[in-house]
Amino acid sequence: MDDAGLQPKTPALEMTALSVGSRGDPDTPILENVNWSVAAGEYWVLGGLHGAGKTDFLAMTAGLAPPLRGSYRLFGREMPVTGDEFLSERLRLGLVFDGGQLFHHLTIEENVALPLRYHRDLVRGDLENSVKTILEATGLSPWAGRLPGTLGRGWQKRAGLARALVLQPEVLLLDNPLGGLDARHLQWWLDALRQLSAGHGLAEGRPMTLVVAAEDLRPWRNRAVHVAILQKGRFSSLGHQASLAGQTDPLVQELLAEQPAPA
Amino acid sequence: MMDERNPVTPATASGRALLPAPPSWSYAAYMGRALFGFWATVRGLAAFALITFGVITTKFGAARDVTFPAIHREQARTGTRVLPMFLFISAALGLVVVGQTITLLNQLGATSFLGPIMVAVVVRELGPLLTAMVALAWSGTRNVIELGTARALGEIEALEALRIDPIHYLVMPRVIGMALAVFSLTIYFILGTLVSGYFFVFVTNIPLRPDEYMQQLTDAMSGLDFVILALKSCLFGVVIAVITCYHGLAQPLRLEEVPQAAIRAVAQSVVACVLLDAVFTVIYILA
Repeated sequence: MDDAGLQPKTPALEMTALSVGSRGDPDTPILENVNWSVAAGEYWVLGGLHGAGKTDFLAMTAGLAPPLRGSYRLFGREMPVTGDEFLSERLRLGLVFDGGQLFHHLTIEENVALPLRYHRDLVRGDLENSVKTILEATGLSPWAGRLPGTLGRGWQKRAGLARALVLQPEVLLLDNPLGGLDARHLQWWLDALRQLSAGHGLAEGRPMTLVVAAEDLRPWRNRAVHVAILQKGRFSSLGHQASLAGQTDPLVQELLAEQPAPA
Repeated sequence: MMDERNPVTPATASGRALLPAPPSWSYAAYMGRALFGFWATVRGLAAFALITFGVITTKFGAARDVTFPAIHREQARTGTRVLPMFLFISAALGLVVVGQTITLLNQLGATSFLGPIMVAVVVRELGPLLTAMVALAWSGTRNVIELGTARALGEIEALEALRIDPIHYLVMPRVIGMALAVFSLTIYFILGTLVSGYFFVFVTNIPLRPDEYMQQLTDAMSGLDFVILALKSCLFGVVIAVITCYHGLAQPLRLEEVPQAAIRAVAQSVVACVLLDAVFTVIYILA
């Protein structure tokens, strides 16, 4: 047995007394006193209404903005780190934006290939194979040569996922991946996330740590996920989904309700 | 009705001295705001330029599979594709300016001054400056619109999330590509103007042989002209690229703010190029 097996595992994400600023006004805290730990391989869903700060929280977690106060560690390293010498650390985490945020002057294939071409010194054949594999896994092969603007929102979101996966991150943050999707796309996403969490070939078979921000918890009602709620500037970790049945928090009940709550 | 801008003071109301109304400070406030705004812009541009040159010097060879094709693409967009239009403008300018000048010199019997005048007007001043202005209109505005739109649509955040340096990926190719393109276009522009100028001489039967014309041009030019022409045209390209990229990239923009950013970038680029031109003129005079 190696030494690593004897030591307690470093959490993938660890936040202590953390305050998160709004991206529009970085000095104004939108979330305060966040204490949260995510073990490697866990699958978390962060629920909250529109404007609760989910996107700002994910942006901070991805290292796009520094925390206002407190400590945030990614695999034990204090974040955010910006230097190129920490590039390999920073590449352990990927972010999928709500709308995909694709580069509109590049085709879908070029969008997916860009991070590889920029970060990895691959020969053309290996690059093409990697991109082809990702495009096939995400069902984007028929649209590989199309510009993002010519595709629907569902396919743009998938392309955003493909682009983030191509660098094989260990932690993947997803901002509202199910928002505005039809039933078929929605089911595909739930299956894809389950496979990534269980260990997909795209991540060399190892379980990927997933953090999903969502405005609606219903799609995850019967899935093995951990849940946290963002409301009124507070971050509440609720634990495993199975324990939600007894939750009396009105917001949790609202996000899990069969019918939308009356206005 | 009481004039709000010149209110009646108690003094005038009581029939005593007619004192002028207190001066309005709104102009001073406006000037103060404008000065602070100007200073903030200069500081922001200087910081952006320093960051850009830092990235160019430290990361020039990094990710060359991505950035070098981008530099070639920028050269093609700003240079090669604009060349037909440039040749047309240079030919037209040659016929108009050179034609009028030589007609006047011919009337005065001073055609021997054509070479020095052409070098001073076309090579030293008009060529680089006009090329820069056309490059600004053609590519500079495109920079602001492309980058401002990318910023507003969250594409810059996406680059940062993928750990791709936006300055390295988006700005560096534009700066280098535009510097090279403006330099090349300036050369073509000057050649086109000088050739079309002589074409005017030829068709109007003015007694000036091609070899005499060439001799006048070569006599009027020195090594310093070549050095400063290269420096000036490259710097014009750098200045335009840095200012337009700054306005597109460095400020948080909403889509509706992009046209205003483009207008600001064009105005500041024109001012910066004219100031730079003045600096080079002083260097010529002192050299």
